[in-house]
Amino acid sequence: MNKFVHNPKDFWSGVMFLLFAAGAVVIGQDYSMGTAGRMGPAYFPTVLGGLLGVIGLVTMLRGLFTRGEAMERFSYRNALLVLVAVVLFGFLVRGAGMVPAVIALVLVSAVASARFRIKAALPLSIGAALFCLLVFVKGLGLPIPAFGPWFGQ
Amino acid sequence: MEILANLGIGLDAAFTATNLLYCLIGVFLGTAIGVLPGLGPAATIAMLLPATFALPTVSSLIMLAGIYYGAQYGGSTTAILVNLPGESSSVVTAIDGYQMARKGQAGKALAVAALGSFFAGTVATVLLALFAPPLAEVALKFGPAEYFSLMVLGLVASVVLASGSLLKAIGMIVLGLLLGLIGTDVNSGVPRYTFDLPQLADGINFVIVAMGMFGIGEIIRNLEHEETRTLVMSKVKGLMPTLDDLKRCAAPVVRGTMIGSALGILPGGGAMLSSFASYSIEKKLAKNSEEFGKGAIQGVAGPESANNAGAQTSFIPMLTLGIPSNPVMALMIGAMIIQGIQPGPAVMTEQPALFWGIIVSMWIGNLFLVVLNLPLIGIWVRMIMVPYHLLYPLILVFCGIGVFSLNNSDFDIFLMAGFGLFGYICAKLECEPAPMLLGFILGPMMEEYLRRALLLSRSDPMVFFERPISATMLGLAILALIVVFAPSLRKKREEAFAE
Repeated sequence: MNKFVHNPKDFWSGVMFLLFAAGAVVIGQDYSMGTAGRMGPAYFPTVLGGLLGVIGLVTMLRGLFTRGEAMERFSYRNALLVLVAVVLFGFLVRGAGMVPAVIALVLVSAVASARFRIKAALPLSIGAALFCLLVFVKGLGLPIPAFGPWFGQ
Repeated sequence: MEILANLGIGLDAAFTATNLLYCLIGVFLGTAIGVLPGLGPAATIAMLLPATFALPTVSSLIMLAGIYYGAQYGGSTTAILVNLPGESSSVVTAIDGYQMARKGQAGKALAVAALGSFFAGTVATVLLALFAPPLAEVALKFGPAEYFSLMVLGLVASVVLASGSLLKAIGMIVLGLLLGLIGTDVNSGVPRYTFDLPQLADGINFVIVAMGMFGIGEIIRNLEHEETRTLVMSKVKGLMPTLDDLKRCAAPVVRGTMIGSALGILPGGGAMLSSFASYSIEKKLAKNSEEFGKGAIQGVAGPESANNAGAQTSFIPMLTLGIPSNPVMALMIGAMIIQGIQPGPAVMTEQPALFWGIIVSMWIGNLFLVVLNLPLIGIWVRMIMVPYHLLYPLILVFCGIGVFSLNNSDFDIFLMAGFGLFGYICAKLECEPAPMLLGFILGPMMEEYLRRALLLSRSDPMVFFERPISATMLGLAILALIVVFAPSLRKKREEAFAE
């Protein structure tokens, strides 16, 4: 691949644009097109999808014919830890409540840092949970329980 | 003396105990996030938006505005003390400001930056009061064709003035426009691109996009190279500049203010671009140009005035036309829509207290900032040293709770995580998230204006070129694109950004 792709950042940006463009146009076929004077729901997205397709194609071709820096490595571990922490928070917040959700979010995401120490992360998570409890639940009155229905409350 | 009467309305609105308090909270938070590592105004405003829904409209917008220009002040503090610009607009401040700090003149640099910013903020507020009403009056005559062309011009200008690859930036705009269309089509009631998910029927809330891209995506990115911050000095002394310093700074401050005010109105990186422009002009004009880069006080005074003026005047297109010039303005527009106000020229006539209250509050806020920044410098210094590995989990907590509180929907949190991943990928591909957010906010509006314009003209596309104002704006947009894509000028643009 490296033989042809001299500018991977442009190449993959172009591929990304093309994918979105194709999605917009293909899914857009399900809606009615209408005419320019009476536009249907598909009209504007199809035009934009076409435009994005052209931009994507040019960007992709530029990735083949111009020279550019190599892609930086993806740090899968950090991305995964941060995203899993956020998703975990989403799963916990309704059923388990504010305190467990915040503690889980802080602890899991903190592992992503190179300077992670459980001695620092544990008090941080408990402090954050207490702070959120006081400010958001007691103070602003958000309808999130401290401990949710999963704890039988 | 209509302007005095108008400013009177603004004073009445801004000088209530509540609004003064929110202004103070705004500038305090703004300075804090400007100082704290890896947290920008766009992510912060997105995080705080849900909390402002319950506030009165004037108070919430005053606070959000304060966060934005407060961040400019805070950003320069880190630039001077640790050689790390807190915000992109204070990149050039770091050059000479940090050198001054190493020579033991940190206090002086901070004072000059704050006073210059205050002067610039005052002038820009007056300009805003002078120019906003006539602009809004012109805009009141706009029909759908003019609005559509204006948005095209705004979007094009926002990428022409931004750094990085132009083609990719335009791609990101179009992508943003498309993502903005997700949800139920207002005209036909057909749900578009919702994948039969009821949670997407009302479209994606822009807060989710902003938090995902600017909050979470940025965190994953920052974790790749965690920086250590070392202060040049533990105590900042000698805050007061001498009379001689002030004399040397007077002209750069005035020039910086003018440059910033002019560039700030244009869409795109107003504050950042103007600080760069001011620095290179001061370097050329200064008698002591060899001192630049080694701690020239003008190199701090000029750009700092310019970025603050630019931050202030970027409110002009937002308040008068309803067009955002940067992601923060896009978020402010979103905040207005949520409060039930349709942004645009009618805001000034229908909500004079809101319009003038925000303008007056900016001046008050700038005054607060001078008072906050210089005596409280000890607090900011301690905040600079907050280690990132203890900060980012808390940012994630605020993002999570903020998004959840929008609709009490866990789906929104998953969506935010998705946009976080997307933001990280975009950062790797060097695709800017800012144009995408602008497109995202403008997407539905553009479609609506396009529809109406073509309906009125009986599907004749020439309507955009036959109406003079619309034709001028489209002409400018096309011209801007030609200029940037022309090879010889492109090289100059790259040089300008490399400087």
